[in-house]
Amino acid sequence: MYLLIVFIPLVTSLVSGLGGRFIGKLGSQVLTSLGVLMSATLSSVAFYEVGICGSPCYVEFLPWISSDMLRVYWGFQFDSLTVVMLVVVTYVSTLVHLYSIGYMSEDPHIPRFMSYLSLFTFFMLMLVTGDNLVQLFFGWEGVGVCSYLLISFWYTRIQANKAALKAMVMNRVGDFGLSLGIFASFYVFKSLDYATIFSLAPYYVDFQIPFLYWSFGSLNLIGILLFVGAVGKSAQLGLHTWLPDAMEGPTPVSALIHAATMVTAGVFLISRCSPLYEYAPKALLVVTIIGGTTAFFAATTGLVQNDLKRVIAYSTCSQLGYMIFACGLSGYSIGMFHLMNHAFFKALLFLSAGSVIHALADEQDMRKMGGMLNIVPLTYTMMLIGSMSLMGFPFLTGFYSKDVILEFSFAKYTIDSSFVFWLGVISAFFTAFYSFRLIYLTFFGEPNSIRSVVSKSHDAPVIMALPLMLLCLGSVFVGYIFRDLIIGLGTDFWGSALYVSPHNSAHIDSEFIPHMVKLMPVCLSVLGALASLYVYEKLALEIGSLYKTAIWLSVYKFLNGRWLFDSVYNYFVAEKLMSFGYHISFKTLDKGIIEFMGPSGLISLISTWSIRVSRLNTGYLYHSAFLMMLGAVIVLGVTRVCQMESDIAYVKLAFVQVICGLFYLGSVGRDSIKLI
Amino acid sequence: MVWGISVFKLSIPFIIFFIGLSGIFLNRRNIIILLMSVELMLLSINFGFILFSVYLDDIVGQIFSLLVLTVAAAESAIGLAILVIYYRVRKTISIESIRLMKG
Repeated sequence: MYLLIVFIPLVTSLVSGLGGRFIGKLGSQVLTSLGVLMSATLSSVAFYEVGICGSPCYVEFLPWISSDMLRVYWGFQFDSLTVVMLVVVTYVSTLVHLYSIGYMSEDPHIPRFMSYLSLFTFFMLMLVTGDNLVQLFFGWEGVGVCSYLLISFWYTRIQANKAALKAMVMNRVGDFGLSLGIFASFYVFKSLDYATIFSLAPYYVDFQIPFLYWSFGSLNLIGILLFVGAVGKSAQLGLHTWLPDAMEGPTPVSALIHAATMVTAGVFLISRCSPLYEYAPKALLVVTIIGGTTAFFAATTGLVQNDLKRVIAYSTCSQLGYMIFACGLSGYSIGMFHLMNHAFFKALLFLSAGSVIHALADEQDMRKMGGMLNIVPLTYTMMLIGSMSLMGFPFLTGFYSKDVILEFSFAKYTIDSSFVFWLGVISAFFTAFYSFRLIYLTFFGEPNSIRSVVSKSHDAPVIMALPLMLLCLGSVFVGYIFRDLIIGLGTDFWGSALYVSPHNSAHIDSEFIPHMVKLMPVCLSVLGALASLYVYEKLALEIGSLYKTAIWLSVYKFLNGRWLFDSVYNYFVAEKLMSFGYHISFKTLDKGIIEFMGPSGLISLISTWSIRVSRLNTGYLYHSAFLMMLGAVIVLGVTRVCQMESDIAYVKLAFVQVICGLFYLGSVGRDSIKLI
Repeated sequence: MVWGISVFKLSIPFIIFFIGLSGIFLNRRNIIILLMSVELMLLSINFGFILFSVYLDDIVGQIFSLLVLTVAAAESAIGLAILVIYYRVRKTISIESIRLMKG
């Protein structure tokens, strides 16, 4: 059963991808959806057995690599952490599959799309179920590849291809860090199995890895390198620029990437490696700071984006920042809980956005929307619930995890935790602001879209509405239902899956923080939402004129240009690397030194020298005669001079050579013919 | 003693040979002079043969020099014949104009 969870999506993906021609459009839709549905059902059972009944399960499937000390198995490990991810991934994936049936109904490449979706799910399941770092890496790269395939699903669009390449390359930067982390952990622990690594971690606290003239604390180094991988995959500050561009794919793909799979892998990795991170305080510090700044950065950037999906993309980035810094503060369970909740309301938001975009004939610009309330009331309801859940409105799913994250970070009483606490609180305000900005611009106000489009637009059809409603239920109730199970004080749900060292734990402290602090994020969220509505209802014109002043315009440009990260990267990294690639490695090395030393250089060398040598034959008789004699002298000189011992020979030869030289000079001088 | 004499005696054909050789190199105008230089070289060779024949007391050198004389006569006859024909065709006997093949 446990292996079926993982492999059903692979089988359906292969059948639909390779045999899509035979099973047809409907066949592939039904097959893949049923596949993930079965997988979801089985993962519910797994959740019950492993999570609730507390019986982790390990399956050693097949040997993979066996080379000296390195032994890697295709091994599967189902503990609490895995089953939480399993449930999230399979459920959201099922709903996305269902939704895609409606959303992609007009597309000519449905079998391919469904196949990619299922393959994506399969790789994500491989990632979360692996019991060693290599298998994690397999899934890690697999979701990267699938994200590439899905983002560039409409491969005729240049933007989609560019975005897909960017996603692939940015991810690869992170993956390089991850693979270095894996190498480092093999160097230190001589093993890649989680079980071995994590049980050995406490004994390697003082172990140093020498590198050039430095030496690094092994656990900190491994932690930071693994986190680099997480930064790439989870779009944390530094490698986040691919995520907003990944909006070029179909909307269900964005939902899958942003909600359940792919970006959550980073949080999963850190939680999975919690026994390692607990002994790596510096790595945790890095994780915390990066997570907090990402939350803040993405929240501010989301404020002024005009693309419907891009706003949600930045909110994903921001929420991932929350999860990461929760993990950085050793609140792994809270991070995972937020991940789970976020999966539901973010999938809901994306799919609702897809519904709006579908209704408006693929219009994504919020400035060209407005007044959709009466046209798509169901979608509006769904989006409102999703957004309120996102901003942590009390008694919705987001509230139960987000506020806990903030309380937890307040209760740590360290410098970095206060730093991320304040960033998180400010981000909460911004989150509410841009969520309601999105709702206002899309659903309220005057309709700004084209009349012919609006007159034909309609609410989501049943096949699209059903996933929305199910996700809506999740967005409302999941947080409440699972709160005590997952992050309740003293819950034994996690078993040995997560480890928090006692002096890092702040779970108890967070119960005793001032009520003002507990209420602050909620108040700020509500305030942000109201401010947003007020600004866009009453002050829209004043806002417009505000942007005419230089300072606000520059702020606007800064935020709308996403803190100018892309420009800086393009200018200082991409362009430099591209010009290096063209000028240095291509023109100078490949076309230059290597070709010069190699084929073309040899060709020109031989041809020029053969021309020079053949030019010796000038056609003049006396030159030929001279060369004959010169040749004779050289042959005689070479063959005889060694054998001759008498001084006469030397004298004679010297005489002959002097005469020859004179003749040579004479002939060159008189004719000024360049023999050589 | 032997050393001094042999150097002195050998120097004569040697120098004559080089005069012939330089005639071939340095002469740019006239094929007749070329042929004359060749003759001079052959003469110096003959001189050498006879010198060694006397010096080594061996008759073969003199026989060989007779043969060389014969060959030289025949060769210069043929050479002059070619020269005459060449002159008929080209109206010149300048060596510098004989340049039909280049590398």
